[in-house]
Amino acid sequence: MLRKKREQLEQAADIRLQSQIGEEERFWFLMRRMARENKTAVISFIFIVLMILAAILAPVLTVYEENDMDLMNRLSAPGGAHLLGTDEGGRDVLTRLLYGARVSLLIGVIPALLSLILGAVLGVIAGYRGGITDTIIMRIADVTLAFPSMLLAMVIMYALGGGLINVFLTLTLVNWASVARVVRSQTLQLKNSEFVEAARVMGVSNRKIMMRHILPNCLPTLLVLFTLNIPTSILTESSLSFLGLGVQPPNASWGLMINTGRQYLFTAPWLSFVPGIAIMLTVLAFNFLGNGLLDVLDPRQKKQ
Amino acid sequence: MLRTLARRALQALVVLIGVVLLIFVMLRIVPGNPIETMMGEHANAETIARMTKEMGLDQPLLTQFFRYIGSAFRGDFGTSYSLGKPVAQLIGNAFVNTLLLAVFAAVFAWIFGITCGIISAVKKNRLTDRIFMGVSLLGISLPVFMSAMFLQYIFAFKLHWLPISGTDSWTGFILPAIALGWNSAGQVAQITRTTLLETLQEDYIDTARAKGRGPTGVLLRHALRNAMLPVLTMMTIQFSGLLSGAVITETVFSINGVGRLMVQAISGRDIPLLQATALLATTVVILGNLLADSLYSVLDPRIRKEG
Amino acid sequence: MEQKTLEVRNLTVCFRTEKGIIRPVNGVSLDVPAGSIVGIVGESGCGKSMTARAVMGLLRYPGKVTEGSVLLNGRDITNLTEKERRKLRGAEVSMIFQEPMTSLNPVVRVGKQVEEAIRLHTDCTKEEAKARTLEMFREVEIPEAETRYKCYPHQLSGGLRQRVLIAMAMICKPSLLIADEPTTALDVTVEAQILKLLEQLRDGGTSVLIISHDLGVIAKVCDYVYVMYAGRIVEEAETEVIFRRPAHPYTQGLFRSVASLREGGSTLETIPGVVPNLHRLPAGCSFSLRCGECDARCEQELPELKETEPGHKARCFRTGKEAAE
Repeated sequence: MLRKKREQLEQAADIRLQSQIGEEERFWFLMRRMARENKTAVISFIFIVLMILAAILAPVLTVYEENDMDLMNRLSAPGGAHLLGTDEGGRDVLTRLLYGARVSLLIGVIPALLSLILGAVLGVIAGYRGGITDTIIMRIADVTLAFPSMLLAMVIMYALGGGLINVFLTLTLVNWASVARVVRSQTLQLKNSEFVEAARVMGVSNRKIMMRHILPNCLPTLLVLFTLNIPTSILTESSLSFLGLGVQPPNASWGLMINTGRQYLFTAPWLSFVPGIAIMLTVLAFNFLGNGLLDVLDPRQKKQ
Repeated sequence: MLRTLARRALQALVVLIGVVLLIFVMLRIVPGNPIETMMGEHANAETIARMTKEMGLDQPLLTQFFRYIGSAFRGDFGTSYSLGKPVAQLIGNAFVNTLLLAVFAAVFAWIFGITCGIISAVKKNRLTDRIFMGVSLLGISLPVFMSAMFLQYIFAFKLHWLPISGTDSWTGFILPAIALGWNSAGQVAQITRTTLLETLQEDYIDTARAKGRGPTGVLLRHALRNAMLPVLTMMTIQFSGLLSGAVITETVFSINGVGRLMVQAISGRDIPLLQATALLATTVVILGNLLADSLYSVLDPRIRKEG
Repeated sequence: MEQKTLEVRNLTVCFRTEKGIIRPVNGVSLDVPAGSIVGIVGESGCGKSMTARAVMGLLRYPGKVTEGSVLLNGRDITNLTEKERRKLRGAEVSMIFQEPMTSLNPVVRVGKQVEEAIRLHTDCTKEEAKARTLEMFREVEIPEAETRYKCYPHQLSGGLRQRVLIAMAMICKPSLLIADEPTTALDVTVEAQILKLLEQLRDGGTSVLIISHDLGVIAKVCDYVYVMYAGRIVEEAETEVIFRRPAHPYTQGLFRSVASLREGGSTLETIPGVVPNLHRLPAGCSFSLRCGECDARCEQELPELKETEPGHKARCFRTGKEAAE
């Protein structure tokens, strides 16, 4: 009797394995469908790729150096030799914009990745273990989410001090909780599914079940969360930098460019508007792409 | 229903205690003695020691925490290091401005957002719909500091229609409120449109039409109330977004509010002030969520029943 | 000549879709004599509900009535403005829908929803409207009317909700009630009660048009039956006649599948194939694709609706011939 049950479960695990191969094919099928049906997502994706290329190739693409001062040409308006004008030190705004893209994109991607890992691991543990572990992790998440994100970021930045690494840490600590919540609820659903039960019967360790069986099934959701967390991070950092609490010179992020440009808002508005529009377009592109992914990968979530 | 609310309130209280603890611990792990930082280089060791003792900073962290909670209940949040005034008094003045700003922004966001959403849904796929949805998308994608600076540049600096900064008269609140509320307005408009269009497909809409209700009656009496439920949920999330945005908006338009006080507290390494402002903001968010939860259960009878 | 509550003449509904124009209702004519229950039967997607909606003026975009006329109590209502139409809806002609679970507004008390119907059409005070609603609740046999008045839809059972919907439809004493699959979502005992209620309404002077895919329902209450297929009426006769001598192969097929179910036979007999795609209707008889007796003529030519015997019409060449022979 027991043996029969066990055979059944092993079969279930086997089918699961096969269906996982299908999953990958299914993923690319869905990606192709998005490419066909969602023009906005495709354009956003192209925009993002171009921007990443521009950031990487910044030294090749520009004639000026990032910190080249030209005191004769301070605050000159866009057009002519300086396509997007110059700042208070006579530095070329376009050049600084491209170099700033490096910092801003890093600030988007790295905290998004870190918070994804942290949130996913804690979420899986909370959902799989349940009980007191779950309560503790989720209460901490609740407390984190109770803060308006800017305020939490400000308090953490205060405690840690400025600088790029601390910005990464801060944004990770601000964003992990929402990831943990989503992953936990998915884990709860997967926990009782046949293939997890099958793995357990066959004596797979809990840690392996979590990492090998449950987490891979959350991947589509994680991809969506990752894409949508990038613009959140960029926005939060630029707000922090705007207040002078984010990255510190010489690491010029777009937010910092706006912050320094703000003093010249009425005389040289391009100094803040140019990086501002760059932020806006980037955020928009990531959001469109994220929503496009959400549409094809997880239509259920969208409804909620 | 009451029991649900009581449970929610209890949860909120637990979260609030967690928040206080978190802020408290986070601000205490900052390296360096705050008194030293405050007094600067020309303070002698003796004064620093005396001040530290006076402020209870030599006590264990837990003792400090309970002392803080105790005096907080009596309305005493300590004295600001950087401004030398009681924190409660500083915040009291600033809170009025922030509250006004947030309320104006919320009212703008909700009226503008819901109206746009309804009109867009009714005129689905026509020009009006596209324009409204374009404007709301712009609102969603513009960071608050950008919309604040845009509005300030165009309407205050170029056109001279409204004051550039300050809150000497109520007109000073108009631009900040729009800048702050635009983002939420966009989100409200989009979700109102989507849920309204979904609701209009429901069977009970047919029933309402079959009994002779005209399009306006169907929309206002039958569709809107159902469509408002998800909109309401989103508004609660936005409330905390509004407070985040207030920090930026107050800075751009030089409004003496809680957000600006917080920025000041950070640059002045002013722990009592930072602690109290962060606490206040979070409390407001938690209370706002509680309020929205109860409103939700009033509006949706299906939830009311379930314990 | 007998009084007719509803006369539909050559009604055609068009849908403009990406793939072209389709006609889910195609030249339908039917009568509902005063004080009778008339049924329209057919598989889902045959145009029954669309016909009902067209009569009510409740077609959803992009549906449009392009031909024909609808006469209510002898008055042509086809070309009324939306405003004039609205005055009729709920007052002279009412409709109840298939899903009692979702046809009531979940956030409004059921009493208020019923009351709304009478307040839209008469100038009565709140108290009068409430009194009338309670009276109506008792008429449709809702127990504990006072308590139910204050209930929300989710607190009532399916049968009770359907009664509420009927109360709402009947409160202004319309001359015609259209019931679109009124019992499909209900279990058998409740179905019987609801059908009895519809008969009582008929006896009270309201004509009823029932739309159903369920021949059992039709057999129990209808006086006269129309069979619809792919947007057209394919057979019509008094209920007894049609059940004794179904003339059209489609109707015969419907009966056979019910019969095989009832006798508990080992094989369930069904009509082969599915309702044809309205974009690709055959040139001839719409049923020719699924008909066992179809010949070359059926595929080329559209048969007329012809009398096979007095008071019995069918749209089929073969039965027509049989009648002639």
